[in-house]
Amino acid sequence: MDFRNSDTITGPRSEDVLPTTATAAVKVVIVGGFGVGKTTMVGSVSEIRPLTTEETMTQAGVGVDDNFGVESKTATTVAMDFGRISISEELILYLFGTPGQERFWFLWNGLFEGALGAVVLIDTRRLEVSFDVIGRLEERGVPFVVAVNTFPDAPNHPVEALRSALDLPDEVPMIDCDARLRASSRDVLMTLMRYLHRLAVPLG
Amino acid sequence: MSSSRRERRKADPALSDPERLYVITGDPDGSERAALDLVTMVVSKSQPTPTVQPEQAVILRLCQAPLSVAEISAYLSLPFSVVTSLLTELLATELIESRAPIVRATLPDRSLLEAVMHGLQKL
Repeated sequence: MDFRNSDTITGPRSEDVLPTTATAAVKVVIVGGFGVGKTTMVGSVSEIRPLTTEETMTQAGVGVDDNFGVESKTATTVAMDFGRISISEELILYLFGTPGQERFWFLWNGLFEGALGAVVLIDTRRLEVSFDVIGRLEERGVPFVVAVNTFPDAPNHPVEALRSALDLPDEVPMIDCDARLRASSRDVLMTLMRYLHRLAVPLG
Repeated sequence: MSSSRRERRKADPALSDPERLYVITGDPDGSERAALDLVTMVVSKSQPTPTVQPEQAVILRLCQAPLSVAEISAYLSLPFSVVTSLLTELLATELIESRAPIVRATLPDRSLLEAVMHGLQKL
């Protein structure tokens, strides 16, 4: 077992240590295609430098991974970058962003099941990579909002055209953002929380 | 010297599968892993004892302040499933305690969402 000498594992920086009262956590998942800015968004709102956790997928991944030339591969490592926002002395919000191979995200048991909701981050230049993500979130009943990360050279689509292309229900919020900016990424999270709040209001 | 050339082994399909990457054990009865989420918060209840594995000693040291399972995984550079295995033992021996996350199943809880919004506004 190649395990680093325990003395070299330092853990969080002193300023990142949580108070002992921090015992309640919630999570939000940021999903989207490769290179769409998930990690950028996590990093822009996180109070800690984004960290990476990983899981090794075996067997279940066989047949859905379309990597060429690695047909014999039976284990795939899926890494996720995540960040943290201290909401209060007790409550911590964790943000998880996931990398390119969309189909594997859903094999990670518990990632979406316990999440308050999800942000689907899209790049209008490659809209189609979001189709699968949105479909699976709907299947699993995970509430989500759509955030359009504005890239300088991306075509400026009218919101209605994007909604139509994504076949998005009217009630699902869609918001433009710049994932590099803390305030903009925070607004995306606020949009999600307001949407969840509306969903939590009893009908009638 | 004619025999010094490395003999290329014949490909054996049974051997082409990768070895399991992690062999941290200590759970001989094969009991269930504790239900741990990526954001289950973990706190040490004890200093490392002589009987724990090195990885577990590190966890006990890091978790003197609360840490999520995801953060433990990140700082130890170990996969989530390996960390949950290590934590399960530490929970069973009561060297740590854990607090399950607040999950969507407990919604509707508007006060929770309001607390999150309030916190985000301070960013």
